[in-house]
This record gives sequence, C-alpha cells and structure tokens, in this order.
Amino acid sequence: MRALVSDLPLMLVEVGILAGEVTVLDDISLTLSPGAPTVLIGPNGSGKTTLLRAAMGLIPVTRGRVTWGGRDASPPDRRAILFQRPVMLRRSTGDNVRYALAAAGVPRTARYDRAAELLVLVGLEGFDQRPARRLSGGEQQRLALARALARDPEVLFLDEPTASLDPAATKAIEDIVRDISARGVKVVMATHDLGEAKRLAGEIALLHRGHLIEHGPAAEFFAAPRSEEARKFIAGELLV
Amino acid sequence: MTVDVSALHMVLTGDPGLFAIVRLSLVVSLSAVLFAALIGVPIGAFIALTRFPGREGAIVTLNAMMGLPPVVVGLAVFLALSRSGPLGSWGLLFTPQAMVIAQTILVAPIIAALTRQTIEDLWVEYRDELAAMNVGPAGRVMTLVWDARFSLVTALLAGFGRAAAEVGAIIIVGGNIDGFTRTMTTAIALETSKGDLPLAIGLGMVLIFIVILINALAWGARRAGERYAG
Repeated sequence: MRALVSDLPLMLVEVGILAGEVTVLDDISLTLSPGAPTVLIGPNGSGKTTLLRAAMGLIPVTRGRVTWGGRDASPPDRRAILFQRPVMLRRSTGDNVRYALAAAGVPRTARYDRAAELLVLVGLEGFDQRPARRLSGGEQQRLALARALARDPEVLFLDEPTASLDPAATKAIEDIVRDISARGVKVVMATHDLGEAKRLAGEIALLHRGHLIEHGPAAEFFAAPRSEEARKFIAGELLV
Repeated sequence: MTVDVSALHMVLTGDPGLFAIVRLSLVVSLSAVLFAALIGVPIGAFIALTRFPGREGAIVTLNAMMGLPPVVVGLAVFLALSRSGPLGSWGLLFTPQAMVIAQTILVAPIIAALTRQTIEDLWVEYRDELAAMNVGPAGRVMTLVWDARFSLVTALLAGFGRAAAEVGAIIIVGGNIDGFTRTMTTAIALETSKGDLPLAIGLGMVLIFIVILINALAWGARRAGERYAG
C-alpha cells in the first residue's frame, strides 16, 4: 500500500524543460532535503509551477533528470501537490477528502474518521455535506489542502496557495502550512509574494526566466543577497 | 371539435387498447435507452480518455451517426432479422425485441457521442488533480462518469426523445401488429392514414404528455443532485 522508502532527498540534476520551442526551465540543479520549507520565489513565468510539476513527477523533463530518494522513478505515493487553481470534484466537501483518502489507499472503514480530522485541521469542520464547488476561494484552497494531506505526504508542493486570497484567508493557509511543516512534512512552496516568503521560508530558491539564480538559507538570502536579481526582488523592485 | 372531445374521452377513461399501446411504447423505448446506455456510455468514455489512431475519424463517425435515418436502420435490422438474414434463426422479426434492437442502434450513437463530449470536458478539468492523486485508468473512468452523472442524464433524455418519437424503424421491424407490436407512433401513423383521427389525436396527446413528464422528472432529479454535489 504505502511505500516505506523515502522520496527525499529529491534531486533535480541539470534539469531542462522545453514547451515546444520555449525553454521553461534551463539547467536547474536543486536538492530538496528534509527540514524547513523551501520557498520558490520569482516573478510570473519564471518557471516555478513547471519546477513543482517536474518535482512532483507530473511532467517529464527534456534534459537532465529528477531523482526521488536516489530513484529515477517513484510513484507519487508520498508526494502531494496543491495546484494554484485547485479543481473541486463535483461532490460534497467531505466526499472530496474521502475520495483522496480512497485514492491514497486508506481503507474504507477509516475514511470517515480521517476525513473529519483533516477537515478540522484545515478549519472546515461542519462543512462535510456542503457542495465543494459552492465554497469560497479560501475555503476551496483549504479543502484542496486537506485533500493533499489525505495522501499523508512526506513532501507537499504548494503552488501559490494564497495568490488570490485576502489577508485573513492567507493567514489561515499559512498557519496550516506552518503546522504541517512542524509535523515533519517537507513543504516546497512557490510564491511571488515577498512577505509570504519571509514568513515561511527555511530556505529560498530564486527563479528568473527559467534559471535558478540563488538557492540558500532564507536568513542569508534576505540579509546578504548575492545576485542583482535577488537584490531587486528583496528591495521590492519589479523584477521582469 | 367532436374529434377532440372523443380523443380526450379515451384518455380520461383509460381506454384499455390505448393503455396497451402506451405501455408497449414505453417498454420498448425505455429498454432501448437502457441498452444503448450500457453500450454508449463506455464507448463514449473510452473514446474520450484514450488516444488511438483513427480517433478523430471515430468521433466524426459517431457524431454523424446521431443523425442515422430511422427507416434505414429499420431496413438494416429487417434484413438482418429476416428469415434469410444472418440472424434470421433468432425468429425476432415482427416482435417487440426487434423494435428494441432497432431503437438501441438509433439511440446508442447519441448517448455515446454526448457522453464522449461530456467526459472529455470534465477530464480536461480533472486531469491534473487525478494525476496528482495517482488514480489509475479504471478509477479515472469511474470518477468521471460518476461526477458527470447529472450531465449524462441529458444524454439519456436526448436518446429517449429520439426513441419515443421515431416511427420509421419500429414500423419496419415490428410490423405494427395490433395488440403485439403496435406503439403510439406506429398507431398514430396508421390511424391517421385510416382516417381514425380521435385515436390518433389521443395517442399524440399521451405521447407528448409522457415525454414532458419524463423530462420533468429527469430535470428535477438533476437539479436536486446538483444542489447536493455542486
């Protein structure tokens, strides 16, 4: 049912990804190890989403390779991803979570209790019977997070989870992410929000036009950026 | 005016001949929709979710078959089931079963084509999430058919509408035998040509009423379901 082998460290080795003629990612080498959240920052179109998808194993790489715990192929049993615009299944809120639990191989008898726990964790207790598609944007993000956590992931990828949310909904998501990270889940999150990166990151990876510009501990990155792009990004200048 | 009154009288008094005709019509058309759904939904889902050579051609053919002329289907089934035909030994010609076969052939492409479109649209939406949840091919099909179930009701209704309204196929393979293979549409065709307009009009009213009733029930079920599932 559940692989006991670990997907970490997750390594991207000289990864290049082409979409048609366009180079989306170029020569990316990045190692994701257990520990504090890794936050991918960079402007729109810098390749954050593509990097997350490649690390999740959803898209093939054109050049280089991705390894999970040293293996070239690994079913996404212990990885989960929260897409930027998650799609709610046409079911109730609880059924969305139970579907994810079923897909993760959780036995039927355990699904109701586990789904209830997950809904509490993301602050959606009492929402079990509500149609998922009628939830607000922030509620849908939290439900999608519960669905991702249903996989009991070792690594959780988050693609701009708060991009379209108001401050209260953003705080709700960030609090959950911090909580998950404290429980030992490796969080890898993309954002173009500098404040969010500062609040959550253990380490930072700055992407710009498909290139990995900098990668290192967050404190170091913000205190002493090594690249011009990083200085601009931190100063709040428009990095285009 | 006298014509309309006696037609209404037959409907209101529950004329047994009329009742038998209505019953057979419903049994034949609903059976055809059931069988066509069992054939058409899997075919539609398969075409929606797999890539194979000739897929585009299959889609165009399927869409074109939604407009199969009933009389041509009736003729083909007639030839297949006739004494000297390949399936002649089944002895089904001029039976209700033959009518179900003909209508199934008419309805299955409609259900398959509409299912294909519905499932494919939903798949575009669900693809990433299901891939991230590592859902296998069989699970995908079940998920998509289940989550599209309210939209698929529309496909079944379109199929039922086609079956309930057609006369060309069943009059050829059923033979419009009184008390055995006579349905509302074949009876209306016969009675009109004989000049028995009261029965024809009565049947016509019942037919339209039943079609509206079934659509209303399906609509209500769909709305209730959507309220629950979103």
